[in-house]
Amino acid sequence: MISDYISLSVRSLLKRRLRTYLTMIGIFIGIAAVVSLIGLGEGLRVAITSQFGFLGTDVLSVQAANINFAGAPGQGAPNPLQEDLVDKINKINNVDRAFGRYIGSATIEFRDKQKIEFIVSIPGGEDRRIFERMMNLKTQDGRLLTDQDTRGALLGSNYHTGTTYGATFDRPINAGDKVLINDKQFTVVGILENKGSFIFDDAIMMNNDVMITEGIKADDGTVNIIGVKVKDVDQIEQTRLDIEKLLRKERDVKEGEEDFTVQTPQQALESLNSTLFAVQLFVTIIAVISLVVGGIGIMNTMYTAVLERTKEIGIMKSIGARNSTIFTLFFIESGMMGMIGGLIGIGLGMSFAYGLSYIAGLALGSDLIRASISIWLVLGALAFSFFFGTIFGVLPAIRASKLNPVDSLRGAK
Amino acid sequence: MAKKPNKPIIELKDVWKIYQMGEVKVVALSGLDLAVSKGEFVSIMGPSGSGKSTAMNMIGCLDIPTKGTIFLDGKDISQMNESDLAQIRGQKIGFIFQQFNLIPTLTALENIMLPMIFQGMPRDERMAKAKKLLKMVELDERMDHKPNELSGGQQQRVAIARSLSNDPEVILADEPTGNLDSKTGNTVMDFLKKLHKEEGKTIVMVTHDEDVAKNADRIEYLKDGKIVKVLKSGR
Ligand SMILES: Nc1ncnc2c1ncn2[C@@H]1O[C@H](COP(=O)(O)OP(=O)(O)O)[C@@H](O)[C@H]1O
Ligand SMILES: [Mg+2]
Repeated sequence: MISDYISLSVRSLLKRRLRTYLTMIGIFIGIAAVVSLIGLGEGLRVAITSQFGFLGTDVLSVQAANINFAGAPGQGAPNPLQEDLVDKINKINNVDRAFGRYIGSATIEFRDKQKIEFIVSIPGGEDRRIFERMMNLKTQDGRLLTDQDTRGALLGSNYHTGTTYGATFDRPINAGDKVLINDKQFTVVGILENKGSFIFDDAIMMNNDVMITEGIKADDGTVNIIGVKVKDVDQIEQTRLDIEKLLRKERDVKEGEEDFTVQTPQQALESLNSTLFAVQLFVTIIAVISLVVGGIGIMNTMYTAVLERTKEIGIMKSIGARNSTIFTLFFIESGMMGMIGGLIGIGLGMSFAYGLSYIAGLALGSDLIRASISIWLVLGALAFSFFFGTIFGVLPAIRASKLNPVDSLRGAK
Repeated sequence: MAKKPNKPIIELKDVWKIYQMGEVKVVALSGLDLAVSKGEFVSIMGPSGSGKSTAMNMIGCLDIPTKGTIFLDGKDISQMNESDLAQIRGQKIGFIFQQFNLIPTLTALENIMLPMIFQGMPRDERMAKAKKLLKMVELDERMDHKPNELSGGQQQRVAIARSLSNDPEVILADEPTGNLDSKTGNTVMDFLKKLHKEEGKTIVMVTHDEDVAKNADRIEYLKDGKIVKVLKSGR
């Protein structure tokens, strides 16, 4: 029954194909925006959280300003942090410990399957214990790194239990397994406990000096990020200002023109969240505007269709169509228009999301931005666009159904 | 009336239809009385604007009278609601119009199936029925043709087939040959006569053409919204 109505509605849409497509433009832009927004939302979150290199309330992180917000911290910075800054910061009042870290990306290969992930360094010597405590690093399998591990790596929990291995590798990676990192063989000494954050769970970690000797980080006397642990938390703001002052002097920039940031993890997260929020807001506004335009387009097209098909409506009524039948036909038609628009929009949105993550992958050398579009997102978007079409089709459909059969038959004579 | 052999299937008693056009009232029917027995073939003639189409629309449940009663198959339809009227239209009435009134986007076969869709008939059943009806009007070759690929006479034959799709008691034909030349008009009339004679359908037909009207058992003349003369034609 309903399938007959659907096929009748589709007929009417196909008859005016061009107008149908034009009407749907707003819908498919809107849906494309929604799909790519949601699809990339997860990926962006990953990219953003990965910037958040240190945890704790008594920690400051120092980074050179990035050109792109989505890359790994300090990567792509036109003026990276010089390594000697670490010692200078160490001399500042209230600084307990400062250490430089490297963050980059590397190919990890296990049993002929490979994947690009981000790789972070762990400081050696006496800093190691402080760092481990600061980040609360614990293993679920194997052990943490030591200064002797020149060929050892520590992996996040996703390589062992999470979804990451499943999407890439044949089997979970365990402590003791051999992997190739940038084509060099390493032994996995341990797997970290699950932290529920991609920063840890997807990460590859190795010793600072190993990253240099293995050429994963260029030996150019720069660091990607400097972590600073303070002695007195109450004075952290003053310390932050002191570090800023030092960096301005070292890097020869004026106040207000800083090409670096000194932030608490909280601040870092907030500023990145606000970037993310701005992006999302922008895309949401585009989505809303195009959906509204699309919806009004559907309404307009459906009103036109009612006018054009007044006679047809009269004919259908004269051969037994009820008001509800006419309503259903027009209602389905507008819903289909929304849904076909949605279908195209989903296609566009998916290509955009995957395309962007692919391009970002090439540009950043890591898959920090990843699109994740689930079947539920697709089905949800389809259902939404159908529903959306019907909302704007209700009024025209009511008008169609209420037409007086005699007038409609006469009217178009 | 009480002496009539058959109980009337259509009965209009003092039916008035007044259209309100802004300030102006147009009296389309002014106390129309008409009775049609089951199996009868009645022609309605009259000048343009005399209310013929309005009367047909009332009988066909497309509209309700301003005043008066209409019985269709024993039921008073003059006060029915929209949904019940649609139901009766779909089940008991078959319309044939001067303009053929086929749906342009649908093929001949689909046009014939449409009333059956509205009655919720299963696909196989309505397909078989539509094919049978197309065969009856000798257009089974043209089943997949759209209306604009058919001649006027062929379109009207499709319309006749469509009017029969739900086995209606009554066929209402409003100037069925009005848009056809006399030759094709005759062919169309032959099919209508066949429906009357062989299928025993009750037919009410509006026409301008005296010769066409004479095919009926009886001719009713309408003027200013009421019957002014009845002529029994010798069958
Ligand atoms: N829907 C309507 N609104 C206003 N006037 C109408 C309407 N339908 C018919 N009329 C008027 O009622 C009169 C009878 O019309 P109609 O029944 O179509 O006549 P016929 O079919 O005999 O030519 C005409 O004057 C016509 O203008
Ligand atoms: Mg007329």
